Amino acid sequence: MKRYSVFAVAREALRYHTGWERAWRSPEPKRHYDVVIVGAGGHGLATAYYLGKNFGITNVAIIEKGWLGGGNTGRNTTIIRSNYLQDPSAAIYEKARSLYETMSQDLNYNVMFSPRGVIMLAQTEHEIRGYKRTAHANQQQGVQTEWITPERVKELVPIINLHGPRYPVLGGLWQERGGTARHDAVAWGYARACSDMGMDIIQKCEVTGVRTENGRTVGVDTTKGPIDCDKIGMIVAGNASVLSEMAGFRLPMESVALQAMVSEPIKPCMDVVVMANTVHGYMSQSDKGEMVIGGGTDGFNNYTQRGSFHHIEETVRALVETFPMVSRLKMLRQWGGIVDVTGDRSPIISKTPVQNCFINCGWGTGGFKSIPGSGWAMAELMATGHSPLTEEFSINRFKEGKFIDESVAAGVAH
Amino acid sequence: MLILECPYCGVKAEETELAAGGEAHLKRFGPGSSDDEFHDYLFMRENPKGVHFERWRHANGCGKWFHAARCTMTLEVFGTYTAQTSVPTQEIQDKIAAKRPGWTWREFADGKK
Repeated sequence: MKRYSVFAVAREALRYHTGWERAWRSPEPKRHYDVVIVGAGGHGLATAYYLGKNFGITNVAIIEKGWLGGGNTGRNTTIIRSNYLQDPSAAIYEKARSLYETMSQDLNYNVMFSPRGVIMLAQTEHEIRGYKRTAHANQQQGVQTEWITPERVKELVPIINLHGPRYPVLGGLWQERGGTARHDAVAWGYARACSDMGMDIIQKCEVTGVRTENGRTVGVDTTKGPIDCDKIGMIVAGNASVLSEMAGFRLPMESVALQAMVSEPIKPCMDVVVMANTVHGYMSQSDKGEMVIGGGTDGFNNYTQRGSFHHIEETVRALVETFPMVSRLKMLRQWGGIVDVTGDRSPIISKTPVQNCFINCGWGTGGFKSIPGSGWAMAELMATGHSPLTEEFSINRFKEGKFIDESVAAGVAH
Repeated sequence: MLILECPYCGVKAEETELAAGGEAHLKRFGPGSSDDEFHDYLFMRENPKGVHFERWRHANGCGKWFHAARCTMTLEVFGTYTAQTSVPTQEIQDKIAAKRPGWTWREFADGKK
């Protein structure tokens, strides 16, 4: 792999940019791999990357039915934060956030991580109490967050309306080291690094069956033929139930549509991420100047990557009352993704009833921010059979009643 | 836009008039059941990519609960039917069978697939 650097740019500038090579190979699948990862999204690629980097396992195939990073990895609002209430969540999200800080250097790929700060607005008395509690919990967990006053919110976000028509801004939970990153670059950077380690990324190849013998996985059937493997990692977000059914077990999970949209590009007006969970909308400004806007999930099961129109209206309404100036913006694009939501709104990173078959799913509406941490933990689990970061996220926690209940702590915009 | 006909008041309601109530025809388990049964009842969901039976409430209308059969892959609605049943009506099942040959669901309360 040729490294990207300022010298590479200079060199290529002198020879009409003819020397850039493809970032990753697209090989035909081999007959056998040590590990097959199903799903070449951020989480799948990160898992493969850390399998290679931390554990030296490089005979790995990453199988993707569409194109790399074309699912939720390319459909989110790129927010990165780790201000969670529960200890296991804070641990894995903070791991992810800290890995984002050095990701561009680690991968030699600019993921444009921008630690610009994230505010979660408190607009009711309950939210004040909830966020103060989270701030105290974060202090114990070593996650840097603080409770800030409405005046400080206004200082950080001059375009905000503190005295909205429905809910006033009463303060906020401020994580200075949160921010955003370029979501596609995260997938592309991991893919390039995986390919460089000799892993095969196989796109446009759908898994049609999971083969098991005596309760162990032995391989997968795909549209490009059968592939044998010793271990399989299912990391497919919204389609996890479909894949788990192929392997013969069920998941405590439902798939619903979540939508996002961007406005026309405008001059810089807001240099932090703001989440308003009571009125329900969140917004940040991309480097291109577009306002990136996210809202809530639909209430019904859906696999179509299209959401309901009325949710767009609700989200925009929420943002217009919080930031009156956005009322004059035109929206450029709107899209949906299928998120996998569990009973306690926390992910499942776990062994499964099928031996040597591992699953990483249920990130719901909070997947992007966790990509490196999730990959790190999943790789450790798959390589050694145990990871301190995943212990609490076992598939058995529902049976044991050991929920990691973030639905209350995180509200809806999770 | 999702439009469901309320089987009680006959109104063709658009989704802002309705509240989704999740998967239908769950077999209830309570005291005396095994841990596995209780766990499955509370948390396990079919989450199919295809035919889905679900509960809806005509929240901004007559206020009554009803059932709907819908395809999660195309958003096609096969029909709605009364809440006073623990299995989809034969009529709905026939309709689905005509449009989606070979569709399956976990066991219904009457033991039939």
